[in-house]
Amino acid sequence: MSAAAPPSKLRPSGLNGDRIFGGIVVACAVFVIFLLVAIIAVLILRSQETLNRYGLDFFTSRTWDPVARSAGEEVLINGRVTTLKEAVPGIFGALPFIYGTVVTSILALLIATPFAVGSAIYVSEYCPRRIGDIISFIIELLVAIPSVAYGVFGFLVLKNIMRDSVSPFLRDTLGNVPILNVFFPKNATILGLDLFTASVVLAVMILPTILAVSREIIRQVPRLQKEGMLALGATKWESIRLAVLPYARSGIVGGAMLGLARGIGETMAVTMTIGNGKLNNITGSLFQSTSSLASAIASQFGEAQAERTYGSAIVELGLVLLIVSSVINLSARVLVGRATRGAD
Amino acid sequence: MTLNAAPPAPTASVQRPVEVERPGIALHVRNMNIYYGSFLAVQGVSIDFEPNTITALIGPSGCGKSTLLRSLNRMHETLRNARAEGEVILEGENIYAPDADPVRVRRRIGMVFQKANPFPTMSIYDNVVAGLKLNGVNRSKAELDEVVETSLRQAALWEEVKGKIKQSGASLSGGQQQRLCIARAIAMEPEVLLLDEPCSALDPIATLKIEELMQDLVSRYTIIIVTHNMQQAARCSSKTAFMLADEKRVGHLIEYAPTAEIFTKPKEKRTEDYISGRFG
Amino acid sequence: MAQAQPLQSPAPDFTFTQERARFLRRRASNQVAGGCVMTLTVLSCAILFVLLGYIFVNGISTLFPSVEGSVTFNSDFFLKPPEPLLDGTVGGGVSQAIVGTAMILLVAGIFAVPIGLGTAIYMSEYGRGPLYRILDFTIDLLAGLPSIVIGLFILAALIGDLSVLKVFNNYSGLAGSMALVIIMVPIIARSVEQILKLVPDSLREAGLALGLPKWKVTMRIVLPTVAGGIATGVMLSLARAAGETAPVLLTILGNNFLSTNMLQPMDALPVRIYTYATSGQPDLVPKAWAGTLVLVMVIALISLLVRYATGRKRYDA
Repeated sequence: MSAAAPPSKLRPSGLNGDRIFGGIVVACAVFVIFLLVAIIAVLILRSQETLNRYGLDFFTSRTWDPVARSAGEEVLINGRVTTLKEAVPGIFGALPFIYGTVVTSILALLIATPFAVGSAIYVSEYCPRRIGDIISFIIELLVAIPSVAYGVFGFLVLKNIMRDSVSPFLRDTLGNVPILNVFFPKNATILGLDLFTASVVLAVMILPTILAVSREIIRQVPRLQKEGMLALGATKWESIRLAVLPYARSGIVGGAMLGLARGIGETMAVTMTIGNGKLNNITGSLFQSTSSLASAIASQFGEAQAERTYGSAIVELGLVLLIVSSVINLSARVLVGRATRGAD
Repeated sequence: MTLNAAPPAPTASVQRPVEVERPGIALHVRNMNIYYGSFLAVQGVSIDFEPNTITALIGPSGCGKSTLLRSLNRMHETLRNARAEGEVILEGENIYAPDADPVRVRRRIGMVFQKANPFPTMSIYDNVVAGLKLNGVNRSKAELDEVVETSLRQAALWEEVKGKIKQSGASLSGGQQQRLCIARAIAMEPEVLLLDEPCSALDPIATLKIEELMQDLVSRYTIIIVTHNMQQAARCSSKTAFMLADEKRVGHLIEYAPTAEIFTKPKEKRTEDYISGRFG
Repeated sequence: MAQAQPLQSPAPDFTFTQERARFLRRRASNQVAGGCVMTLTVLSCAILFVLLGYIFVNGISTLFPSVEGSVTFNSDFFLKPPEPLLDGTVGGGVSQAIVGTAMILLVAGIFAVPIGLGTAIYMSEYGRGPLYRILDFTIDLLAGLPSIVIGLFILAALIGDLSVLKVFNNYSGLAGSMALVIIMVPIIARSVEQILKLVPDSLREAGLALGLPKWKVTMRIVLPTVAGGIATGVMLSLARAAGETAPVLLTILGNNFLSTNMLQPMDALPVRIYTYATSGQPDLVPKAWAGTLVLVMVIALISLLVRYATGRKRYDA
């Protein structure tokens, strides 16, 4: 047989393919890191105006009034009538949006968590494995539905249901209960598009996230713990409450935080259900039509393109959103990672 | 020196003179030190592997024989932080020269691994020619067909698969897969063939088949085989090298001699102890 | 469900009736709890069906209207852009949105797939040291960013006179693609990295031992082995990008007319759905439902394809 091997030198010939390929691949990695840096840098750069003008007051000021005014005009700022010393393109305070984001996200979490954890318990502890897998598959399909579909449903269907039945019912019953009547005031006008409706839609959207994590965590609780409880004479529910849930607690909290992170950044479904109404004079009522950080950006980005300071304020809202959601996300991952370590 | 539990005496097949069909090439190893990070795994090994000969590397687990084998075709450096110092001379060139390309080294020194690893998404045919095709060696279809048949014949696999060479390589038994890997390696026509415990995952019958085909291959290749099975070394090889790790877990070459000698009159006591089963 | 009997109490303080009462209480609360979690689960499942039900029922009547008693297929919805009709309402369909979505996704994919693959290959085959750790952290962060922030970034960086780099002077389809690239790359990178890590090293060793350079081993042996898994990851990222509204809204703005110019404002299906649904106009709202149905069906189709593909031949060493 004729010698088939390439020329028998040991020295490399031609271009070093490995070096080129290695370079390409490292370039991709560097590009991705550069993207993150660029995002943070651009957001900071473009929000210079309001960062410099307001500093930390941006987050505590309640007034968002993007109307240009001249010097000497009297404007209502943070509840007090103030005379402007100079012309301003507008008054920008982010507190209403922060409030809207916080309230909707936390309320969504409160609504979704019982459903998610309850389903996770049922699917892991009460169901045979195969049926449990099918059920969680069904519920997790909710994740695949795009957020605009939730918005459409919320705006066209849920709004009417809430306005005509659910919210009036809650207002009339809970409006008389002390403390709760701060959130469900007796004399509230209900329009159907408000913090409460947005929270309900958001709850449905984050439910599958919390469910998926909780289910995994609960499944990984060692059988020994449960069996130990049962052997002591506990009922099934007691063994879950006393053995499984404490063990799974940090993982479930992590899952809830992941859901929270998702809720904070959610835009379209919230924009279409939160009302985008008055921003000043925020009360504790859940039936207010107001805005969240994401919905403000989505509804006002157009006008903000036209004017530097307005645009800067909008971008700063985005910066807040980035920082808050990243912090929550990373904390959530640490919690979940700790809880699932060694089991993956 | 007498031995307490002597392995079967080397059989006559090893004594049969090898008809050299294709002159093999010698491999000279000079003062090899092999490191994993800062841990020295093998120290000061010098050995001359003879052409057209089967040389066995034996020794207890952890003595560094696989590490040494892998350094002969620069495979060990694919592990993180692994490196080697010393020289391995193939046909006058040191494969560890600073400008030597490990990729080209491996085209001339082939390797078969402990567990058969045919490419699962390729057919038997494609597996055999994988080395040639992917290396850009230009062959016509007819030439490739011929290479496939020749390689499979030399690997003693042709008769069993000739009707199904377009089927997936993963559909074969363990022993057949290993012979496929051997065919794949020899399709590249390397000068030296390294076998790293090729039979340890196989049953005795499959093992026997491979041992037999090695006797055919040696007329064309220089073969170095690592084995933990002393009987196999005694049966198949004409020269044997015995390695041992010292108390610092550094591997050394203890003795290197014709197989018959190692197994009947070893010069080192440590060799004798190992062969007679006192440890390892 | 078998009930565990309580252990015999050693203390004779408790009467039999007290113990029995406590046992009955515990059993009752156990059953109530079991009923509760089952109810919660049933309700959670029900939500999905209610949602899909509304979308289907409201959308199907626009896609398959009954004209003169028989059911027809409204192909205009897919093939025609909005057309003003004589009575002042809007007819036609949303073809510009469908074309726009397809174009933006295509361009986004062309960039996102190589970058995502390259990153995944780095993480799995080359990554070591500080660069790897930073990249790992970065991908997690990027994947978790709200998509509106990404749209805002592109807007603030590239679009208009007030932007940092002033690359585009107007909203454009290309900018929308770029936003989608940022969304898709982390998804592709993560999923492909996981897949590559599952490929056993023996495969790479086999390739290297044949004298192949590392890049050939990666591209010609490792990647083809998991090509199916990679396709899955890519499809899933496309499905996710198709449904994204916020980043696309901020970068392409939307368009009533059919435009294939990527440097001008374009339309995309999610944006059109949003605009029509919130318009309040009775000729537009049904189209919003129909668009939603189409979007959900496309995403469902992609997900099912993915499930089918991964159910088939699995890689086995």
